[in-house]
Amino acid sequence: MSQLLEQAERILESAHGGEEIEVYVARGVDTEVQSYQGEVEELTTATSNGFGIRILNDGAGGARVGTAWAGSLDDEAIVTALREARDNATFATEDEFVAFARPDGVAAVSLTLTDDAVANTSLEEKIAMAIELERLVRGGDPRIRQVESANYSDYVAEAAIASTTGIRASYARTGAYVSVEAIANDGGDDQTGWGLSAGRAPGDLDIEKAATDAIRRATRMLGAVKPKSFKCTAVFDPRTAATLFSIIGGALSGEAVVRGRSFFAHRVGEMVAAPSFTLLDDPTDPRHFSASVYDAEGLACRRNVLIEKGELKAFVYDTVSARRAGTASTGSAVRGGIAGSPSAGCRALQLAPGDIDQAEIFRRVGNGVFVESLFGVHSGVNPVSGDFSVGVTGLMIRDGQLAEPVREITVASTLQRMLLDVAHVGSDLEWLPGSAAGQTVAIDNIAVSGV
Amino acid sequence: MNSTLVEQDVLARTLGEAMARGGEFAEVFVEDRTTSSAMLDQRRVEQLSSGHERGAGIRVVVGDTTGFAHTADLTEGGLVAAARAAAAVARDGGGGVREIALGPLRDHPSRATIPPGDVDKARKIELMNHADDAARSEGSSITQVQVALGDSTRHFVVANSDGLVAGDHQVRTRFNVSCIATGDTGMQTGYRPIAGTRGFELLSAEAVADAARGAARQAITKLDARPAPSGDLPVVLAGGSGGILFHEACGHGLEADAIMKQASVYAGKVGQLVASPLVTLVDDGTVEGEWGYLAIDDEGRPGARNVLIENGVLTDYMWDYLRSRKEGRVSSGNGRRQSYQHLPMVRMTNTYLLAGDADADEIVAQTPYGVYVAQLGGGQVNTATGDFVFGMTAAFMIEDGKITAPLRDCNLIGNGPDVLQRVDAVASDFSMMPGTCGKNGQSVPVGTGQATMRLTGVTIGGAAA
Repeated sequence: MSQLLEQAERILESAHGGEEIEVYVARGVDTEVQSYQGEVEELTTATSNGFGIRILNDGAGGARVGTAWAGSLDDEAIVTALREARDNATFATEDEFVAFARPDGVAAVSLTLTDDAVANTSLEEKIAMAIELERLVRGGDPRIRQVESANYSDYVAEAAIASTTGIRASYARTGAYVSVEAIANDGGDDQTGWGLSAGRAPGDLDIEKAATDAIRRATRMLGAVKPKSFKCTAVFDPRTAATLFSIIGGALSGEAVVRGRSFFAHRVGEMVAAPSFTLLDDPTDPRHFSASVYDAEGLACRRNVLIEKGELKAFVYDTVSARRAGTASTGSAVRGGIAGSPSAGCRALQLAPGDIDQAEIFRRVGNGVFVESLFGVHSGVNPVSGDFSVGVTGLMIRDGQLAEPVREITVASTLQRMLLDVAHVGSDLEWLPGSAAGQTVAIDNIAVSGV
Repeated sequence: MNSTLVEQDVLARTLGEAMARGGEFAEVFVEDRTTSSAMLDQRRVEQLSSGHERGAGIRVVVGDTTGFAHTADLTEGGLVAAARAAAAVARDGGGGVREIALGPLRDHPSRATIPPGDVDKARKIELMNHADDAARSEGSSITQVQVALGDSTRHFVVANSDGLVAGDHQVRTRFNVSCIATGDTGMQTGYRPIAGTRGFELLSAEAVADAARGAARQAITKLDARPAPSGDLPVVLAGGSGGILFHEACGHGLEADAIMKQASVYAGKVGQLVASPLVTLVDDGTVEGEWGYLAIDDEGRPGARNVLIENGVLTDYMWDYLRSRKEGRVSSGNGRRQSYQHLPMVRMTNTYLLAGDADADEIVAQTPYGVYVAQLGGGQVNTATGDFVFGMTAAFMIEDGKITAPLRDCNLIGNGPDVLQRVDAVASDFSMMPGTCGKNGQSVPVGTGQATMRLTGVTIGGAAA
């Protein structure tokens, strides 16, 4: 049994009669290196641990839950948190749907999500990777004027969940990343582009690809202009498409549905997307960087098909949202670390790949805009109403080929419309950090705002 | 709790250890933070949570390199271990453990008159229910009301190898109301925050009801909204939330870390005309009670009022310790960090445009056609290119000098140096708004402010043809 699970179980022993306790314990080791002008600019090494406790009391009108957390595992912190959680519970509203997860018989899949190389690789080697990344970008093209920073980071994260309702789960994950932002200039305005590579361990990282990507993205934006406003088909690259899928995943959360905050509510069985669109959330696919054996309530993660050939099939649920919706948890609880409460969310989205590559999509689209980066997603997308308007940089597509770069424009539609307007799905599935993988996707009827 | 968090002689010895391998500067930042939060969703009180964390972040600077480590172990042993980890970047020398003499502690008490810990939880819930009632009283189309209340009490002490020791006690309280209205056209959202570097005195029954009604009206109004136009149009920004425009259009680009790396369109432009003469922009940590207020920054430097742009001329950037040290000047009090687990960097505090003397209603009346933005939701900028977006969450058409049809949410997009030139009217109805600013993965509370103002043209990112 993991040491963290033992710690979680020890805290359970403090349960009073008549109450349920759930304990979430987490520990992390992080390393971050930032290179600038060939030297280490920042080097961070950190270990952190902490826990979150939820205490549940049953009453005549339902259960009440109180929460407390602390950024340490000291005895004093545990005693204080138990007291605070108990006190908080007395102020909650009795709710018949509130409950802790109970083992549901779904077996956890066996996944290898850790690599000892994160811990075993020397700091010198990690530093060398950040410095090499910066060197490759600076030296890769004479138009690269500056590299604001080149970063290497990795982590070892472990967590355990135990509850008096029978949950026992522990899991670990490692990850390593490099990322770099390049600034290019050829006499006119500066343009930027960033590149990244992700893996479970330093050895998985493709430094050269991250560098090439940053250089290509920055340099091909040189000379970008702001076009006139027009309507067209927009082709999203795998990275920007992944962002789009994450937003759609948010509206497919059972939490959003039962709280009356999803435009997908009451639409299961309807065609909500183009027939080429099949979206699933599958944390059991180890190729996904956010793959996980257990969800944030300690239930086994599972494969959930959300939209199949355009038809809305299902939402993802945690225990409470499922009970409120009259169904069972889909093993989809997520939580924002020790301080967060569980809620339902997508963890590892992927779109079923199409059978044409990006170049073929450009050919079929003919004329449109290719979207390479998004900004203002948090300020321009309303996941409740579905209104979608984000700043982008990218390139025009003319006669089936990439043409001149464009900047300072927005692309707009509504999420509902965009799903139905999906014209092509690419075969170029790319695994990316975050809750969604991505591939090239073409969407019709997009309003581009420019001059 | 020990009021000094860590004894001063322990801080001094930790710094001595941090400097042992040849560091040129070392700093220990010790923090203790208590938080509480609660949510009312559909009249159910849920997610009542209390949290506590404490720890220390230690950095060591050698040349252009910074080593950083943090620990939750505040014993001398824990601090020394973190100091050694941070000092590992200093490879070539050092004459052993150094003697660091610390000056007297400059401590700053909290200004909160009602500390959050003194408030009965039942009172907090009563206030949330009051807001819920007020929101629903606006109309039966309000189908969802969510109210969130949170507070944090943050005590820190920062000591460095220059002998500085300073402490601050920051109490912050926030109250947000989110409403959803449902109609034939689908669902629409309304949102209002109240937030300040204050205690529970921030939240009167009137203030929360007012915010709740405002959020509800915003959602209801948008049920009749039409898609926003696309293209370049004159825009009038209502007093208050329009300050986010300056936060994005130039605030981030005036942070010295971006400037020193030549990664800002404003690098090398001090003394030049960068904005309309109507623009005088200030970053001001001393506005007591505001969300971005601080007595001292997270490096121990007093909060200050810094004029960034005066009558259109760029006067100065914002500075933290590291960046100002390289330039041989003093920090402007803009060194901030999310927590002891983060390195400080240059951040804004309360950033605002000074009020002008035009009349807000007149500005609208003198705009034949354009967009009136009543509330902005946030934004993002690429400091290197100057391109930025900001989202409008409550907006209307202006036709023949009158505010007319409501518009659906969208982003506006522009280029900082260009948009700053386009300010052609500033009114006198100044007000401020709270916000959360994210940079390099760290979030800090900031304020933004401005009076009603007009831009001769900005690109509206709507979906209408």
